[in-house]
Amino acid sequence: MQYLHNIGTYFLMIAEMFRKPTKWSVMRTLILKDIDDLIIGSLGIVAFISFFVGGVVTIQTALNISNPLIPKYLVGFATRQSVILEFAPTFISIIMAGKVGSFITSSIGTMRVTEQIDALEVMGINALNYLVFPKFIALMLYPFVISIAMFLGVIGGMAACVYGGFSTLEDYITGVQTDFIPFHIAYAFIKTIVFAFLLATIPSYYGFYMRGGALEVGKASTSSFVWTSVMIILLNYILTQMLLS
Amino acid sequence: MIEVKNLEKSFGDAHILKGISTTFEKGKTSLVIGQSGSGKTVFLKCLLGLFTPESGTISYDGKIYSKLSDDEKRNLRAKMGMVFQGSALFDSMTIAENVMFPLRMFTKQTKDEMEDRVNFVLKRVNLTDAHHKMPSEASGGMQKRVAIARAIVNNPKYLFCDEPNSGLDPKTAMVIDNLIQEITDEYNIITVINSHDMNSVMEIGEKIVFLKDGLKAWEGSKENIFKTDNKVVTDFVYSSELFKKVRKMYIEENE
Repeated sequence: MQYLHNIGTYFLMIAEMFRKPTKWSVMRTLILKDIDDLIIGSLGIVAFISFFVGGVVTIQTALNISNPLIPKYLVGFATRQSVILEFAPTFISIIMAGKVGSFITSSIGTMRVTEQIDALEVMGINALNYLVFPKFIALMLYPFVISIAMFLGVIGGMAACVYGGFSTLEDYITGVQTDFIPFHIAYAFIKTIVFAFLLATIPSYYGFYMRGGALEVGKASTSSFVWTSVMIILLNYILTQMLLS
Repeated sequence: MIEVKNLEKSFGDAHILKGISTTFEKGKTSLVIGQSGSGKTVFLKCLLGLFTPESGTISYDGKIYSKLSDDEKRNLRAKMGMVFQGSALFDSMTIAENVMFPLRMFTKQTKDEMEDRVNFVLKRVNLTDAHHKMPSEASGGMQKRVAIARAIVNNPKYLFCDEPNSGLDPKTAMVIDNLIQEITDEYNIITVINSHDMNSVMEIGEKIVFLKDGLKAWEGSKENIFKTDNKVVTDFVYSSELFKKVRKMYIEENE
């Protein structure tokens, strides 16, 4: 019963987020700040992880191809497919649920604990629009982060492939270009937009509706990470079934 | 005038407010006092519209809050100033930005006009060199003064304070009390303060409402509180030896 109540509250929060908009001059500043915090601030870790995981995917693929009849360029092909279809949109989103999601839950939760949200409401401000909407808009730039993750994943794979001596640069590039289906990029970005929505709203829900003190902020951050990850994995399965099968 | 009639509020099985009725008048500093858990904060949050009472009405200048449209409620709230117990300053903003916040949200003033107004109110609360500090860099007393400055910057009609003296030393607490009293007189606003600080009661309590277990146990002024025989009130107000002596002296002087 409590789950149904929470789900209902979550959807009401989403509807309320779009009501009584905050003055544009204030909202613009909030959006720019959230772009800086959530998008620009995540580029470093996303770039680092993407580059090295792309390399690891390449090494493992190369090491598992023992049959001499399988062409060497398949390493590049497998890396591209893994990175574009799953690693960049899904794996990076799980990481972002930890980084960005915890940040959103703890910052909004702390505002709740210290009565800053009450202060907004007393002033007649729609706190959900003020706090959650800018994060939602900022995370609409999330596909930009995923594009970088895709690019660096493939580049990381190339570096590992060439410098590890698994195949030549030409073979790897041939593999990356083989059987390229543009819809796979569209599929990845559709998933990315859906995950961006989850990343903005689920952590905000856990922060906004939390009760208690500092300990509860920590608990809310953990719950937010768990449920954002669960929803990303679940919707990843549903979207893959709908769009690719 | 704020008029409260038969206000009731519960959380689950806990019946917090049990039919409170009272009024708060313009130009007067009113104090709501009572022990911890007596329902003071819930009462204040009902006045602010943060909690919806189960029954009873709250009228602001004759308009019943629960019957107002969302827009009317928002407009009314823009006329309220609130000083929270923990100050509730926005962590991500400097002190000047905190004070400017209501002006940015609700007025069409230019940046220069807003800065002038911020400088004026910060000077009014005796903070002239703190504009660029972050709230975390300010002392408890400074934070309270910033919270008062933010509450009055947009010329509110109603000022609410939840335990404005908690965590402050007696001297700073007195400064805050006097500041609130002066602002109430100067702007002729309705001020409602939640407190269990007896110094505040004696200093600025033009009207005092005493709550016990969610009921209004007593109502009067700081002069009446010396004379009352209501045992519930005297047990609470004169619980310390110092205040027992103060009361004894007051009664002896007036006999």
